[in-house]
Amino acid sequence: MKRLNRRQGMVLLLIGAAVLLAAVTVAGILLEPRAMQTDFSQTNRMPCPEYPFGTDWMGRDMLARTLAGLSLSIRIGLLTAAVSALIALALGIASATLGRKVDAAVSWCIDLVMGIPHILLVMLISIACGRGFTGVVAGVALSHWTGLARVIRGEVIQLRQAPYILAAQKLGVSKGRIVRNHLLPHLLPQFLTGLILLFPHAILHEASVTFLGFGLPSEQPAIGVILSESMQYLTTGRWWLALFPGLMLILAVMLFAVSGERLRRLLDPASVHE
Amino acid sequence: MKHRLQFAAKKLLRMALLLLGVSIVTFALMAASPLDPLQTNVGQVALGSMSEEQVAQLEAYWGVDTPPVERYLGWLGSVLHGDFGVSLLYRRPVLDIIAERLQSSLWLLLAAWVISGVLGTALGVAAGYWRGRWPDKLVRGYCFVISSTPTFWLALLLLMVFSVWLGWFPIGLSVPIGMDAASVGIADRLYHAVLPALTLSITGVANIALHTREKMVDVLESDYVLFARARGESGLAIALRHGLRNVALPAITLQFGSISEIIGGSVLVEQVFSYPGLGQAAVTAGLGSDLPLLLGITLITSAIVFGGNLIADLLYGAVDPRIRRGAARG
Repeated sequence: MKRLNRRQGMVLLLIGAAVLLAAVTVAGILLEPRAMQTDFSQTNRMPCPEYPFGTDWMGRDMLARTLAGLSLSIRIGLLTAAVSALIALALGIASATLGRKVDAAVSWCIDLVMGIPHILLVMLISIACGRGFTGVVAGVALSHWTGLARVIRGEVIQLRQAPYILAAQKLGVSKGRIVRNHLLPHLLPQFLTGLILLFPHAILHEASVTFLGFGLPSEQPAIGVILSESMQYLTTGRWWLALFPGLMLILAVMLFAVSGERLRRLLDPASVHE
Repeated sequence: MKHRLQFAAKKLLRMALLLLGVSIVTFALMAASPLDPLQTNVGQVALGSMSEEQVAQLEAYWGVDTPPVERYLGWLGSVLHGDFGVSLLYRRPVLDIIAERLQSSLWLLLAAWVISGVLGTALGVAAGYWRGRWPDKLVRGYCFVISSTPTFWLALLLLMVFSVWLGWFPIGLSVPIGMDAASVGIADRLYHAVLPALTLSITGVANIALHTREKMVDVLESDYVLFARARGESGLAIALRHGLRNVALPAITLQFGSISEIIGGSVLVEQVFSYPGLGQAAVTAGLGSDLPLLLGITLITSAIVFGGNLIADLLYGAVDPRIRRGAARG
């Protein structure tokens, strides 16, 4: 068999990561009924072949609960990261192209959002939306755009002085067309990697806020809910309730982070020949 | 010197405006909330059994019946006089609660801040110096795993291992149970803060180490390091004299910028360890819709974050002569 070069290896790894995450998402959706199912003859089982992650005090299968929670986390992560990245794109471009006043206003907003500690801001927005699913989604989506918006603003400011854009302006191309045909294609790689690298933060913050009680309702099998419930049983030595769901969450987040990093290297023209 | 003062004054004005913005945003968000503070704190059943007068009294207490703008202006007016109002849940002045909570949080935050800063910079410099070799791989692996780990889960893990299994540290709180406040010594306080501070330090290191490593790699590839090597300077001298100095600038930004992260992390960590600090008060205030307390906490923590940024900006000039002259010209 022909040896793959590094680029092809990366593509394979990316596909593998995507398939794995998709599989977890689908499995989680399918397992959701099982995750809620209680069986009082099988309560507090240690991890064993039948229940690899053990069961909790209501006899619910922790493996099913963990997968359902991960699936929920990934879906919320996708949604919030996408919304956040779109806000970042719109504000970043607006602040770089619409003049000094808009730029100052957007910069002020970025400073404002960055000034409030992240968790507090997500908490506040979640409260404003009445907690629950809407609260978490709004909270995470509306607080994670700042970093990417700054990157995009910087990039656009640099691009505006690029010869081909200046030439297009001199040729009388309209502003909208310049943005569509000249700016966006150039921004796409940055935007995509920014988007994927937002996932880990989004997922972690979703879990954190849910853990604190400002997020998903306690009947949902979310990772934050599972871990916050496990806290009550920690002192009685039920370590498996906290250990496995947390480990799986870390693995999912790491997969996203690695994929983002790989994608960046694939899309970045500077490392095209690696 | 004059332009330095002007620079600082400008920054201070901006900071005041931002704080005003923070208070407006916080207030608006809380006012927009559909959650009824009466339902959350008094309960549906209790409300049903009350007379209308009692309900009206409670509504007045929680401020449900006053329009938000009026309430905000009233609040702002008294804040300018130094009065942050009275916490609705604790029934004590907000400033007293914040002062008390901040005191116990401060141990935690300071310890975590200093440890993560020093350790992070050291690890970053080491990783950059031995780029591609095992110290680098170790540090990068550590940072990668830690930055993917939820802070509260790490706290749970440490609690499980050190408090439940090994029994080395207390399960929670900031002082021993059943001891009166006067007889609590510093040793007790420190002993209870070890695990929370450790959690915060472990997570705080990752970001600083990674950025410092990047900068260190840049520095080592520069011409002046090549020249230093050609002059026969030893590796250690290069790392300390050229590396550390140039790394110091971004390290300062990161270090002061990380305050927000550490405060955010402390909210989670204090919740896990039931450590009665500012973060825990924020969660309680948020869950109980205690508007004055939550506003006060948000404002104070934001002021700390902005203050950190301001100090970083001012330190720049002190550390880097190029920026000092740049500011003089601009």
